[in-house]
Amino acid sequence: MRPASDRAARRLRAGGLALPLVAFIFLSFLAPLGNLLTRSVHEPVVADALPETLRALEGEWSGGLPPDAAFDAIAHELPVARETRQIGPTATRVNRRESGMRSVIVKTARRVARLESRAQAGEPWRQLLPEIDEAWERPESWQAIRAAGERFTDRHYLNALDLDRDANGDVVRQPPERRIYVALFLRTLVVSLGVTVLCLLIGYPLAHLIANASAGTSRMLLLLVLVPFWTSLLVRTTAWIVLLQQQGTVNDLLVWIGLVPDDARLSMIYNMTGTFVAMTHVLLPFMVLPLYSVMRSIPNVHMDAAASLGANPTQAFVRVYWPQSLPGVAAGSLLVFILSIGYYITPALVGGQSGQLISNMIAHHMQTSLNWGLAAALGGVLLLAVLALYLIFDRLVGIDKLRLG
Amino acid sequence: MPTDVHVVYEDVRKSYDGSTWVVHGLDLEVHRGEFLTLLGPSGSGKTTCLMMLAGFEAATEGAIRIDGESVQDLPPDKRGIGVVFQNYALFPHMTVAGNLAFPLEVRGMAPAERAERVERVLRLVRLEGMEARRPAQLSGGQQQRVAIARALVFEPELVLMDEPLGALDRRLREEMQYEIRRIQRELGVTVVYVTHDQQEAMVMSDRVAVFNEGRIEQIDPPEVLYEEPERAFVARFIGENNLLHGTVLGLRDGFCDVDVGGIAMRAACIAPLKVGEPTTLAIRPERVGVGDSPDRYANDFEATVDDITFLGDHLRVNLSIGEIKDFVAKIPNVTGQGGVLEGDRVRLGWAALNCRALEAVAEVPSPQ
Repeated sequence: MRPASDRAARRLRAGGLALPLVAFIFLSFLAPLGNLLTRSVHEPVVADALPETLRALEGEWSGGLPPDAAFDAIAHELPVARETRQIGPTATRVNRRESGMRSVIVKTARRVARLESRAQAGEPWRQLLPEIDEAWERPESWQAIRAAGERFTDRHYLNALDLDRDANGDVVRQPPERRIYVALFLRTLVVSLGVTVLCLLIGYPLAHLIANASAGTSRMLLLLVLVPFWTSLLVRTTAWIVLLQQQGTVNDLLVWIGLVPDDARLSMIYNMTGTFVAMTHVLLPFMVLPLYSVMRSIPNVHMDAAASLGANPTQAFVRVYWPQSLPGVAAGSLLVFILSIGYYITPALVGGQSGQLISNMIAHHMQTSLNWGLAAALGGVLLLAVLALYLIFDRLVGIDKLRLG
Repeated sequence: MPTDVHVVYEDVRKSYDGSTWVVHGLDLEVHRGEFLTLLGPSGSGKTTCLMMLAGFEAATEGAIRIDGESVQDLPPDKRGIGVVFQNYALFPHMTVAGNLAFPLEVRGMAPAERAERVERVLRLVRLEGMEARRPAQLSGGQQQRVAIARALVFEPELVLMDEPLGALDRRLREEMQYEIRRIQRELGVTVVYVTHDQQEAMVMSDRVAVFNEGRIEQIDPPEVLYEEPERAFVARFIGENNLLHGTVLGLRDGFCDVDVGGIAMRAACIAPLKVGEPTTLAIRPERVGVGDSPDRYANDFEATVDDITFLGDHLRVNLSIGEIKDFVAKIPNVTGQGGVLEGDRVRLGWAALNCRALEAVAEVPSPQ
């Protein structure tokens, strides 16, 4: 028996070995996730750039426009923001509230200096600013600045769900032409479910074959499943383009056979079909492997036993085999579904317009529109949706029944 | 007793690869209500025979008939045969009651009757109150009982058992042997039972078919197999025998004189032997008298005691008779004193009837 302190030291050492992993998980997973989720609700740019202005905008406005102090403050703060290079991000964020405000703010920040002398001479900024741009005479402009100045906002989440706040601050739906995300979420959900079902339909018989083939055949089939798995995703996806495009192999073959006229070649790529085909192919191993692992543990003798008890092959499958393979079905389906709900590269390459999924929109906001807050909110909604599905799954199937390998 | 034939194998052959026969031209009749055991070492073809009857394997040649009808084209689920598998093959996702009701469900039996049948069969195997358990929650012996109950619940006339007790420990195995025998007698079903354990075969069977390399060496009731083995393999496999290799010197009235390494012995002539032919003699160790009045025996020798093992009810003595080493004799422990010591010279003898001259085997395949 070792002394207690010795054992504690050993446990500490053993724990120390896991430290790199803990650090890695924190740095590569928890920290970015937390950062992104924070970004989806926290937007301090405007608040930091225009603190005085925002303070002056608080309270009641008489005659629709803010008090003079607000004009004075913004005339003072915009040039400062320009010097500290905060004017761009600030203008962008205000612009999201009120179209056109970007140029108004940038222009004002640039020209305020020229009017400084007249302001010194006693002319109030309330009259000088509209000379730069008459937008400063519209209450909407000031409301946009005030709204953009809130440090914490639910706007991105509302936006991600096609909602908005009206002038009274009530939550309302976006006008129909601006509703895009909910439909995209639904499309993502439908595609993910569809891909999962397709993978299951193709993967189940395949896994059964592999699990019950002779050792040699089984090894070869498993290799056939795994080789694409080891090939670059990009290569596999591009291969589908080669196969499925209008002048591609499949179309050529169909035309050659005469099934399809040359002037009406099928469009099987750069649309939903392409997304379905390529995603099912790419994700198939994630269905086959857990299924195979579970099926291999189902003794063959169970089917013999069922037959000896008088069950025909269908009854034996439905009552004896299928229930025992369910943990694999559940694991494979959950894996494929969760992977496909966040799928990005394949739809981007072969999805065309109609085959884009929510992740492509998130990427767009991260890379092109630079609206990281909205991207983060869309990601947050996606995360919540997956968690909700996971909980439903746990309730229905039981997560402890999963067999991933 | 008039025998009613239930199952017939007619010149059944089986080959998996088309070149080697796992089962060679098997002819076998199973009587109705009989407990027949197929006994043999692993790889002797006994399980293959059972699986062909169950319908999981097809005979390459020959026919199997149940009640006179060939079952060649009948799939297993239409044969109505109960099968107990080696590792029980209970369905882990169903309760005990679910497992037992399964064969009734697929036959479309009404729930009430089903429940009644399940209850009755559970009583038969003495597992009342276990309905709601899952197989994983049962001990090995209990799982075995469920497996047997499941093979019986739909009241088949024929039940096949493939080494059903192999996974149990010794004590439980012995208990289950009597249990299976009791159930078989109670229901009067025909049982074909596969095992490699000769003790098990002796305890349970009406008749035992001894398999070796895809053939039946001998098929007889256990006591006949033991007392009158007709083949050297059976003599080695059932119980214990001293096997001595010799040459036939002369034949007379069903007896023969055999030269074993220069020593002449008298034996009952079982195989169709001719003078000058080689033969194998089988002598049971317990039929050998040690230190007895030698005039009782046709075979009477001087021997040296090499080794003595005390085994409670008997002493096991290894002796040398001239050049013959490792000759075994069992001395019943009647007096509490063996009366022999290692290194002793003793008189040794056995009756000619207890020495069976069988066909010659160069090397007798050892069991297992």
